[in-house]
Amino acid sequence: MLADALIWHRLQFAFTITFHYLFPVLTMGLALFIVVMKALALRTGDSRWDDAARFWIRIFGINFAVGVVTGIPMEFQFGTNWARLSRYAGPVIGQTLALEGIFAFFLESSFLALLVWGEKRLSRLAHFAVAVALFVGSWLSAYFVIATSAFMHHPVGYAVGPDGNLQIVDLGAVLLNPWALLQFAHNQAASVATASFVIAAVGAWYLLRNEHTDFARRCLTLGVGFGFVASLAVAFPTGDMQAKAVAKHKPAALAAMEGRFESGPRAGITLIGQPNVAERRLDNPITVPGMLSFLAFGTFQGNVAGLNEFPESDWPDNIELLYYAFHIMAGLGTLMIGLMGLAALALLTRRLFTSRALLWALALAFPFPYIAVTTGWMTAELGRQPWVVYGLLRTADASSQMVHGGTALFTLIGFMGMDFLIGLAFLWLVSRELSAGPGTHPHGTTPPEAAHG
Amino acid sequence: MADLWYVIVAGALTAFVLLDGYDFGAGMLHRLVARTDDERRQVIAAIGPFWDGNEVWLLAAGGALFMAFPTVLSAGLSGFYFAIFLVLWCLIGRGLAIEFRSHVADRMWRSFFDTLFMATSLLLALFFGVALGNIVRGVPLSADGWFTLELFTQFRATPPVGILDWYTIAVGLFAVAALAVHGGTFLALRTDGAVRDRSRLAARRALLGVIVAWPLVTWATAVVRPGFFDAFATRPLAWLFVTVAVAGTVAAHAGLRRERDGLAFAGSACFVGGLLGATAACAWPALLYAVPVEANSLTTANAAAPADGLRSAFFWYVPGVLLALGYFALLARLHRDKARAGDYGSHG
Repeated sequence: MLADALIWHRLQFAFTITFHYLFPVLTMGLALFIVVMKALALRTGDSRWDDAARFWIRIFGINFAVGVVTGIPMEFQFGTNWARLSRYAGPVIGQTLALEGIFAFFLESSFLALLVWGEKRLSRLAHFAVAVALFVGSWLSAYFVIATSAFMHHPVGYAVGPDGNLQIVDLGAVLLNPWALLQFAHNQAASVATASFVIAAVGAWYLLRNEHTDFARRCLTLGVGFGFVASLAVAFPTGDMQAKAVAKHKPAALAAMEGRFESGPRAGITLIGQPNVAERRLDNPITVPGMLSFLAFGTFQGNVAGLNEFPESDWPDNIELLYYAFHIMAGLGTLMIGLMGLAALALLTRRLFTSRALLWALALAFPFPYIAVTTGWMTAELGRQPWVVYGLLRTADASSQMVHGGTALFTLIGFMGMDFLIGLAFLWLVSRELSAGPGTHPHGTTPPEAAHG
Repeated sequence: MADLWYVIVAGALTAFVLLDGYDFGAGMLHRLVARTDDERRQVIAAIGPFWDGNEVWLLAAGGALFMAFPTVLSAGLSGFYFAIFLVLWCLIGRGLAIEFRSHVADRMWRSFFDTLFMATSLLLALFFGVALGNIVRGVPLSADGWFTLELFTQFRATPPVGILDWYTIAVGLFAVAALAVHGGTFLALRTDGAVRDRSRLAARRALLGVIVAWPLVTWATAVVRPGFFDAFATRPLAWLFVTVAVAGTVAAHAGLRRERDGLAFAGSACFVGGLLGATAACAWPALLYAVPVEANSLTTANAAAPADGLRSAFFWYVPGVLLALGYFALLARLHRDKARAGDYGSHG
């Protein structure tokens, strides 16, 4: 097992991308909030919105820096660990990844420093424009990554060349891949939900401690307002549409996600249960009858294929993990809608700021979206197995055959150690910002009289 | 079409070395030219607004290589597997050092990141030089276009070759010296006071090393890769690049002597750019030269993606790069004054 390189290649990519994505998932949503706060400041002339934006820009800056450095290895790993995939699909996915570098990374990297450190260099309007540039850049970046991922889930706009490798036929089709549009909508809604939960959690935390109460109320109002809409949008319409697309194009993945071994109409949706792959059945299920048929096809009579309809070689190779990832995502998504729904109701009836129970719940709930997003991507990527490019190239045929298993294991361990230290430093820096709070400058040795600007 | 993309990839890589090169150089000199905390924050502030954008050129070049020459990217990155991760880990450590250093007003915290910044910058310059040395010397590609390299074998530049041998290490050290000049002249331009004076001095010393080492490395290249310089007989472009490089050393020298920092930095840029341009002109059409079986080389003729896709990509890649240059120009204009300690990395 240790010498089998494939598992280490897969785990390394899974680990590095999962850790990396914890940061951009927040910064993309936070970029939207920063734009909103700065727009409110410009419009109302209330400088307290500027103060709020400044606090969140500091959090954004730390997250963005970690996102940048943990993101650098991602593009390279296509070549180092997935060389046969790169050779096979490079003419197509190389284009979407290069588009990201040229149109998103240059934009983000050029304006990040101006957003975080350049406020005193710029006019208020110019600083607002920089915030918009960061927002556009980070969402554009997500779009190109998702277009790359979508090609691997649902290949379009390509042809197989005479050498057996893919070639690009229609870049427009690759970029406007319906799968990409669906995934992007679902993913960005989740990103806004993540930022909403984080902002609401910070607001609730300060309010419970009776600190920075004006700032806390602003955070709660924005966080809960956006959070309710975004959490709802993650499930409906975007999640629902995504599930229908999976039902249509990847029936084997849907069957595995639901632990469905036998086909049949009036398929129930499983709330809880344990897939027993050896016995080909779901143990101890609690199901809502007919619901899966309805959600997938709009009718309770719809026949939802079971895994029995597909050769075992085309089954996702880790059905249990896929099943649990999907159910954790869906369960947490539901919880998030419920919590934000309650909070929104309390906000509208002016009881949120005094309801300690709700504030405690909001202060503690911020990990939910991170877990849901992670398990959501696990659902997507495990559901694509055993293919790396769906229907075209199997994962087992895509790795770098020149790299020994021990070498890949070594670099995986290296990343784990490094990311652990990065995570510690990150948490420490963020906690310093939180304890310092808005409106203060917690760090820097420069005494006030030596500061300029 | 493939040859045009060869030029684009080489151009993007050169842009990466020219731009990120000066902040590698600044990093190497960091603790030498800046002694107090204020001075060190000045160095960080000098490169702070630029380093991330500079590093994107590596991804831009990588992206172009990925779509235009997927065979080269897949063979190169998997063949150099372990070395690539050393580079990536250094890039991570270095980025964190720049971003995290000034966040906390603690002497040990800052000292740790100052050293990390310096060490990773030095190692990166060395690694990129070693990489260039490997590409010039050649790698053991098989007929189906794959290879794998040990980190080192006998340190001889003859098969079986390893990533590190006397030649590639020599090129690596040469790169360290060249980027020290580049970073020193950049810091001289962007800072003032003691940091500027020490940067000028460091750049002058490094330039001396470069001028001594250049003929030696050239001679070593002729020994390790006979025929590499034959291109000079038929490719006038190679002469042009060498002329630019020579003029660059003269300008850098004159600029440092007369304390004209702009001239010195421009000269250093011409030297680095000219040298890389001449190397690319000599290496063409091979992207990955194969030893001992030269016929296995990956070239613009046998390693490119189909021309149709590359033709359409040309029409977004080039405008995209022009747009990026626009951002760089805007950024440089906003930061045309000297860097000051509180500009970057701390809310001082």
